[in-house]
Amino acid sequence: MKSKDIQALLDEPACSHNDKSKSGCAKLKPGATAGGCSFDGAQIALLPIADVAHIVHGSIACAGSSWDNRGTKSTGPTMYRIGMTTDLTEQDVIMGRGEKRLFHSIKQAIDTYNPPAVFVYNTCVPALIGDDVQAVCKAASEKWGRPVITVDAAGFYGTKNLGNRIAGDSMLKQVIGTREPDPVVDDGRGLKVHDINLIGEYNIAGELWNVLPLLDELGIRVLCTLSGDARFREVQSMHRAEVNMLVCSKATINVARKLEEDFGTPWFEGSFYGVEDMNFALRKIAELIGDPDLTERTEALIARECAQIDKDLDEWRPLLKGKRALLYTGGVKSWSVVSALQDLGMTVVATGTKKSTEEDKARIKDLMGEDGVMIEDGNPRGLIDKVNDLKADVLIAGGRNMYTAIKARIPFLDINQEREFGYAGYSGMTELARQMVLTINNPVWAQVRDVAPWKKAKEG
Amino acid sequence: MAEIIKRKKALSVSPLKSSSTIGAALAFMGVSRTIPMLHGSQGCSAFGKVFFVRHFREPIPLQTTAMDQVSAVMGSYENVVEGVKTICENSAPHMVGVPTTGLSETQGVDINMAVKEFRKKYPEYDHIPVVPVNTPDYSGCLETGFAQAVLAMLKTLVKPRKAAVRKKQVTVLAGSHLTPGDIEEIKDIVEMFGLRPVVFPDLSTALDGHLPEFDFSPLSVGGTPVDEILSINASAATLVVGRSLTEAADWLQEETGIVDYRFDHLFGLQAVDELIMALREISGKEVPEKLERQRAQLQDAMLDTHFMLGMSRLAFAGDPDLIYGMSKFLETIGGETCVAVSPINADILKEIPTDFVKIGDLEDLEVLSADKNLDVIISNSHAVDTAARLGVPILRCGFPQWDLIGGYQKTWVGYRGGRQVLFDLANLQLENHKGEVKPYKSIYGQKPEYTKGQDNGTTEKVDHHGYCH
Repeated sequence: MKSKDIQALLDEPACSHNDKSKSGCAKLKPGATAGGCSFDGAQIALLPIADVAHIVHGSIACAGSSWDNRGTKSTGPTMYRIGMTTDLTEQDVIMGRGEKRLFHSIKQAIDTYNPPAVFVYNTCVPALIGDDVQAVCKAASEKWGRPVITVDAAGFYGTKNLGNRIAGDSMLKQVIGTREPDPVVDDGRGLKVHDINLIGEYNIAGELWNVLPLLDELGIRVLCTLSGDARFREVQSMHRAEVNMLVCSKATINVARKLEEDFGTPWFEGSFYGVEDMNFALRKIAELIGDPDLTERTEALIARECAQIDKDLDEWRPLLKGKRALLYTGGVKSWSVVSALQDLGMTVVATGTKKSTEEDKARIKDLMGEDGVMIEDGNPRGLIDKVNDLKADVLIAGGRNMYTAIKARIPFLDINQEREFGYAGYSGMTELARQMVLTINNPVWAQVRDVAPWKKAKEG
Repeated sequence: MAEIIKRKKALSVSPLKSSSTIGAALAFMGVSRTIPMLHGSQGCSAFGKVFFVRHFREPIPLQTTAMDQVSAVMGSYENVVEGVKTICENSAPHMVGVPTTGLSETQGVDINMAVKEFRKKYPEYDHIPVVPVNTPDYSGCLETGFAQAVLAMLKTLVKPRKAAVRKKQVTVLAGSHLTPGDIEEIKDIVEMFGLRPVVFPDLSTALDGHLPEFDFSPLSVGGTPVDEILSINASAATLVVGRSLTEAADWLQEETGIVDYRFDHLFGLQAVDELIMALREISGKEVPEKLERQRAQLQDAMLDTHFMLGMSRLAFAGDPDLIYGMSKFLETIGGETCVAVSPINADILKEIPTDFVKIGDLEDLEVLSADKNLDVIISNSHAVDTAARLGVPILRCGFPQWDLIGGYQKTWVGYRGGRQVLFDLANLQLENHKGEVKPYKSIYGQKPEYTKGQDNGTTEKVDHHGYCH
């Protein structure tokens, strides 16, 4: 990828980060950097497309350490769970055999697994030796009669965030708009069915399935989730949605923005975490569609679900009331989870704002009040100190911080993509509450914090 | 002698290989207050970190030189120099390891030169060893990268013998196929002879999953202390575990002249007997009663389990030392190696007791296993799906094991470890109801339930237990 193309992707007019510093531009500091690369970001964004053969073109480290991700769930195909890589050898690198190997690899994937499409992820080594991946994909596509999509996302291009954008851009330029949606199936209810997309929803631990039944009930058809439990043919038809919801992530904002530019599809940013956010998301979808009947049914559904979840949470609220949470997660989640925790009667003492925009921060202030602490830099040492200073009862963060918290004897809840439980939707709230009580109120904490009895005897 | 069948297909499907880069990183984590900094893009480290966090369920110290577009094209010495400096400044490590990646090697970095530049520019950190090692991920695998890092550290730290011999000190060079539990067991055995083991690298104090008193460290929280590595040249003897460490052992032997005892593996009665004989010789002591007892227990377990494991049909997929050692171990109890797959070629593979060894991936394992009527697959967590599709139980072994709590800690070596492995394998066979006759319902049968349904033939037995372990 040329550096001007990378600059173009970094310049995202719809992102409120854009005014200050372009996201992804900050120079990384050798020896003091955490986080993934562009390839990581691109793969995470697209791997949940379940029926596609995902080929990582590169040496083994890229796919070898990352395939077989079980976080995201599929209702059917398991193609995405099979790791595929050209596993370049020294000979390939020296002799320049990468292109040839890739070409035959695409054929092998099609012959063995017959996927509807092949995605090819370019990585550092072939990018550096100058493999023309795009040309190979084009030739392979023509020769084998199957869409072969290039995702040019070498790690050294930049951050994970840039990789998300590259993924979105690849879908926009090569996939979206290449097929019209199927006719709506008549379910006999006589409802006018409306089409939407969920962009940036990854169906972690199957949590999308907490939300989909409600959308079905309202007569809202999800043309495509980009990319949880998605199929190639669904991505192809994304241009026909009436509304795009950008779920919980600025990562693929370029998809929403571009679909608005090209097809006039309105979009909004929302989340499925917490009662308030669920209500907001459903109302916003109805509002943007502008069908009074839908609005009315949406309100009825919200009233019903709220009453139900209110009853369900009664069991948990006394156990969580007044407990103090420190939330460290990026972007939208920094505020969307705040409201979910408040729904449970908890106090959020601080939240991470490393990836949050100015709007995000404004919302956090609204939600947490002036006392709420915002944490910009989340190095592990600093996080532990903050937990202690603010007397937090639980740290809610991504999996990478899990064992840091555990070693510091701090109750922990995993909120990122590696987690094993789904928290989205109204019903996800009870799971969130259960997991929270499970860790905070566990009898282990006293036992691991106390010194051994013989040491006490000595001190005594 | 097994024939080696090389990779022929273009695409690697369900990869078995982990990179040599993270193998090197693992070796550095076995040294106290150390941190590896991979010279590559930040993703190289991020992926490696997640890989080890999921396997060990521990915080993992791992940094990156964070190469970007500019350094990928224009050169990356600066990244190495500034990266090492930042770590020295922030964390006061006892050692920094700098493994290269496919990216930096393709770009053409001379990593030794980069470290020399660091030395020139920041002499104030001269007391901190910095160990570069060439581990492009397009060659080798986890095992070779680990071995290369061991050699590189030895070369940097160990000097020719000068000091008086420490008669009771024994160096143990520990290969990548050993778990923290294995290393603990080896130390126990050595100590039983009144000897003091210096294990290098020592994952048993670094990544054994213990709760330290302090709450956070950016560096490894255990492992061989650097000054103990310096003292390796005064040991009475060296024990080398794993053929992959041959180059490191040769170098050490030549440099220090210390007598060494080499073991390809320490699985099972015969292999452990050899270790005990060596320790008896080094220490001049008789074998402790406790070990005699453990040996007798292993013998008894061999008898108990040979009914389930004799003529058992086995498949192995993993790095060379591991699958060689396990296949030799299970051969001693009558197991038959029907399929063996390794991610890379190595001389030791020829000695696996089987007709051929495939250099390949887990798709190869699946294809080769299809008509083999296997009893068990021995491989890492990636092979769980493979085993499920084949309907064969799996024993998890090697890297990575993210879906088994405590997999990182399981002890395979020694009399005790071998005994437990036999129990585990035999139990898999029992749960799988190996050898049971399928029920047959006679067409003339008068049993009341026969008349209810139409089914009067054999009923296919469905077993959900097989691969849940």
